[in-house]
Amino acid sequence: MNRINQKIKEGKKILSIYFTAGYPELNDTVRILEELEKNGVDLIEIGLPFSDPLADGPTIQESSTAALKKGMHTELLFEQLKDIRKSVSIPLIIMGYFNPVFQYGVEAFCKKCHEIGIDGLILPDLPLDVYQSEYEVIFKKYGLINVFLITPQTSDERIKQIDDASNGFIYMVSSASTTGTTKGFGEEQQHYFDRISAMKLKNPQIVGFGINNAETFKQATRSAAGAIIGSAFIKHLTSHGVDAISKFVKSIR
Amino acid sequence: MKYHADEKGYYGEFGGAFIPEMLYPNTEELRQNYIRIMEEPLFKKEFDQLLKDYVGRPTPLYFAERLSKKYNTKIYLKREDLCHTGAHKVNNTIGQILMAKKLGKNRIIAETGAGQHGVATATVCALMGIECVVYMGEIDIARQAPNVARMKMLGAEVRPALSGSRTLKDATNEAIRDWINNPVDTHYIIGSVVGPHPYPDMVARFQSVISEEIKWQLKEKEGVENPDFVVACVGGGSNAAGAYYHYLDNPEVGIIAVEAAGKGIDSGESAATSALGKVGIIHGSKTLLMQTQDGQITEPYSISAGLDYPGVGPMHAHLFRSGRGEFISITDDEAMKAGLLLSKLEGIIPAIESSHAFAILEYKKFRPDDIVVINLSGRGDKDLDTYINYFEL
Ligand SMILES: Cc1ncc(COP(=O)(O)O)c(C=O)c1O
Repeated sequence: MNRINQKIKEGKKILSIYFTAGYPELNDTVRILEELEKNGVDLIEIGLPFSDPLADGPTIQESSTAALKKGMHTELLFEQLKDIRKSVSIPLIIMGYFNPVFQYGVEAFCKKCHEIGIDGLILPDLPLDVYQSEYEVIFKKYGLINVFLITPQTSDERIKQIDDASNGFIYMVSSASTTGTTKGFGEEQQHYFDRISAMKLKNPQIVGFGINNAETFKQATRSAAGAIIGSAFIKHLTSHGVDAISKFVKSIR
Repeated sequence: MKYHADEKGYYGEFGGAFIPEMLYPNTEELRQNYIRIMEEPLFKKEFDQLLKDYVGRPTPLYFAERLSKKYNTKIYLKREDLCHTGAHKVNNTIGQILMAKKLGKNRIIAETGAGQHGVATATVCALMGIECVVYMGEIDIARQAPNVARMKMLGAEVRPALSGSRTLKDATNEAIRDWINNPVDTHYIIGSVVGPHPYPDMVARFQSVISEEIKWQLKEKEGVENPDFVVACVGGGSNAAGAYYHYLDNPEVGIIAVEAAGKGIDSGESAATSALGKVGIIHGSKTLLMQTQDGQITEPYSISAGLDYPGVGPMHAHLFRSGRGEFISITDDEAMKAGLLLSKLEGIIPAIESSHAFAILEYKKFRPDDIVVINLSGRGDKDLDTYINYFEL
């Protein structure tokens, strides 16, 4: 069984952390992964930086630009991760934009992920129909879970399509926004969380975007299976460094 | 071979909608409605009326006698430079503002490089009394001060794009991010035949008035609807798409696309996408784009801000790949010289973008009885500073 499915089966609320590979320093990747696991994080999204991250707010944009400037690239990330399964056992997902994957070659990319022990991919700009018609067979061949996003604007009909196409979890974007929003969760979010919960989807949902402290984590996981923290973690890395990861995780739960 | 978009927005292998799910409801709403709305008689009537009374269409098809004599062929200029606001861009913004109204949107966003599309968008928003936010790279804001002032006079808010390289590509990213954050009330007026489906096709349809007019105007003047060649510069490719539109499926009409080579194709400072690009995804479209081996989008360069884009619209990628279009790239120096020549021979100062199209006359030999239509996409007022500095006028 894929590590993602296994982790979800454990039934505990999932704390997932996103970070940009190559940030703050080019070779921090493995250390960040190890620290996160050591401190009880359940799932990690490793961001493959892209020059034009359309769905991201300033924090992730800046970390991506910095990582690229320091020399992060696809092959280097794979190189850094090649022995990762010797020290890290929680599920790992690579999150990035489609173009770098497309240039690497989708099959070659998936094969490499499989060899390393990556469990899934999140490629927000790879649309559902293209995934299904061109790439699903490749993902399946290499045992990779593809994670789709839904938003408060996604229609019930499309959510059902996405649920059918998913085999790990659904990435539930908390509000109409790019990453890093700090608006907090209001009535609108609660209504959205309830609506999705009532749909009784076959895939569990993990909430992302706008989760930045213990309170938002708790709110998001009331009905969802877990929550993802990205920008808030990167901000913490920027001001407190890799050594303070434990402090950050403890502040969430 | 078909050269128009299919129902999924593909031109051959290019096009589609590679967008994050956050943009799906917006683009889907547009996709489901754009053709129906454009074909409504009332919409058509209003669009045509505004093009006539407000934009000043039809723009003349002008026989350039002295230029023709110099190059020993028959050259006609399609005078998009005479459109209100000084370029073809307004054909699209008129269409899209009417579209936005039909869709019940009350806020407009746009990206701009040189400021031409920003001005054309701010103009139609003023005309309709609709709120307008234009994203523009911080660097472009500094080098295009007059257009920034125009947009402000027209009531638009100009927001600097501070990310990445702070030019057109980043302004486009910021506009897309704004749309993600405002998914309900906002319409995004893209300025060229780029972006996710249905934008390339919708913008091409709004610009197709250019070739629609060329057909009857040429019939009047030459007794034939079809020229031997249509020539246009390509940044994203909207003026070119409009000039080619009604000739795409007619192989007797040669299509010539002119890209900006900047300081030379191999100089590292160029915007010649067909020569330097590879297939990839930019701004939601699968097309040719300039990128690193790793798939990071690279910064283009051209003396003309309107051609300074690292991709081309999917229609043009297909025209290039299929061989239907002939792609020529022109350096800064060649374009500047051609701009000066047109000024001296015909009394018309072209936008530097358009100057690129004229520069091919030095390299491409036409027969004396060939009819060559060159799309004069815009006028040179906005470029006076660049001309002044270049020629030390
Ligand atoms: C006069 C003029 N021509 C051409 C262009 C390039 O755009 P497109 O390739 O979409 O026609 C611009 C863009 O700003 C322009 O202002």
